[in-house]
Amino acid sequence: MSVSAAATAFDSAAEVVDLKALLADTDLNAPITELERDLVGLAPVKLRIREIAAFLLVARAREQVGLSSGPPTLHMAFTGNPGTGKTTVALRMASILHRLGYVRKGHLVSVTRDDLVGQFIGHTAPKTKDVLKRAMGGVLFIDEAYYLHRPENEKDYGQEAIEILLQVMENQREDLVVILAGYRGRMESFFASNPGFRSRIAHHIDFPDYDAGELLAIAEVLAAQSEYRLSDAAREAMVDYIARRRKQPGFANARSIRNALDRARLRQAMRLCAGNGVASREALQTIEAEDIRVSRVFTTAIN
Amino acid sequence: MRVTQGAFSFLPDLTDAQISAQIEYCLRQEWAVSVEFTDDPHPRNTYWEMWGMPMFDLRDAAGVMAEVRACRKANPHAYVRVNAFDSTRGWETVRLSFLVQRPADEPGFRLARMEAQGRTIRYTIQAYSVDQPPGRRYGANQASATQGDGS
Repeated sequence: MSVSAAATAFDSAAEVVDLKALLADTDLNAPITELERDLVGLAPVKLRIREIAAFLLVARAREQVGLSSGPPTLHMAFTGNPGTGKTTVALRMASILHRLGYVRKGHLVSVTRDDLVGQFIGHTAPKTKDVLKRAMGGVLFIDEAYYLHRPENEKDYGQEAIEILLQVMENQREDLVVILAGYRGRMESFFASNPGFRSRIAHHIDFPDYDAGELLAIAEVLAAQSEYRLSDAAREAMVDYIARRRKQPGFANARSIRNALDRARLRQAMRLCAGNGVASREALQTIEAEDIRVSRVFTTAIN
Repeated sequence: MRVTQGAFSFLPDLTDAQISAQIEYCLRQEWAVSVEFTDDPHPRNTYWEMWGMPMFDLRDAAGVMAEVRACRKANPHAYVRVNAFDSTRGWETVRLSFLVQRPADEPGFRLARMEAQGRTIRYTIQAYSVDQPPGRRYGANQASATQGDGS
C-alpha cells in the first residue's frame, strides 16, 4: 500500500517539467539573443526561429515525461530576394539546433547544384552521397535549390540528386537537417514540380526585403564591424544613396549595402593618400560624405 | 575458428553503437575512414576489396555507418572491416583497423605440408573457405563477389 503511494508521488513529481530550467540547461537564450541583436529587421524570421526553438524545447520536455512524439522534421526552406540574410540565418540555425541537441556537430555544409549533380551517368549518386555524408551531424544548406531541377531537359542528372536527397531527408532525419534557399518565385515553381520536397519540409520561412531605415542600420553595423564609422554628413549621403539604389536594377538588399561600403572604403583610402600625408586615428576610421557621393548611383538618372 | 584480425578481435563482436563510437574517435583525430570487405581471411591477405573511396572531411559517424550497413547488406557472407588512415606527415599509415562483420560460420585453417629438398618439410596454412571460388565462400551463392561502387 505504502509502496504504491510512494510510486504515485514519484510519478506525479516526474510529470512536471521546469521549462525555464530546461531552457537554462540548453543555453539556448545566448544564440537567440545574439540573433536578435546582430541581425537587423527580419521580424517574421526571428519569430519563426523562436517558435521552432520553443517547439524543440517542448518536444524535449515531452520526451522527459514519456510522451512519444518521434523526431521532429526540421528541414526548412528559406525564400527571399538576394541579400536578405538567408545564408547568415542558416549559419545561426546550425548553432541553435546544435545547442538544442538536434544536430550532433552543428557545422554547416553549404552547397549549390555543382556540388551535387555530376557531369556524366553514374557521377551524380556518389557525388550527392559524398556531400550528404559530409553534412551528417550538421546542417546541409542548398543555395539556389531550384537549379537542381531542369524541367527543359528530361535527361538532366538533377533529378537523380533530388531523389537521393529526398530519401536521406526522410530516412535519416535525426542525422542531418536540410535547408533549401532561393528566390521566392522560382522556389515556388520548384516545389510545384517536386511535391515530395514540399511535403518533407516542415518550415517555410520567407525573408522580407529590408526597408530604408533597416538598410541604414545595416550600413552602420557593417561599418562598425570593420571599425569604421560614418560621419553625420556621410550618414545623410548614405540615406540618399539607399533611396536611389533601391530604385535601380540589380539591387540586392544588404549585399548592395556591403558593396557600397567596400567601395566607400576604397575612396576613403584614396582621399587620405591624396591629402597632406598626415592622417589622424579619427580620419582613418571615418567615412565622409564625399566618399559616398561620388558613387555612380548619384550620376545615373533614375528611370 | 574465430578469426582474430585487427583491433578488438579478442573481444565479443562490437555492437553498432560501439562501432559508431570508435568511428567518432577516428573522425575526431581527423583520420580518413574507409570500409573494406573480403572472403579470403588469410592473415597475409593485406589488400581487401574497397567499398567505395576512403571518406574525407566527415564530421559525424552516421555517414560511415550508412556505408558499413550498405556493405554488409551487399556482402552478408564476407568479412567487413573499417580502416582509419592518418595522413599526418610522419605517420601516413593506417592507425586503426577493426572487423565490423564476420561470417556466421568460420571453418578456420588447415596446416599444409610441402616436401622440399631432402626430407625438409615446409609448412603453411590455408583457409578451408578458399577451397570454394571467390564469391561462393561462407555460404554465399552468387557467381562473383559484389564490388563496391561507392553507394
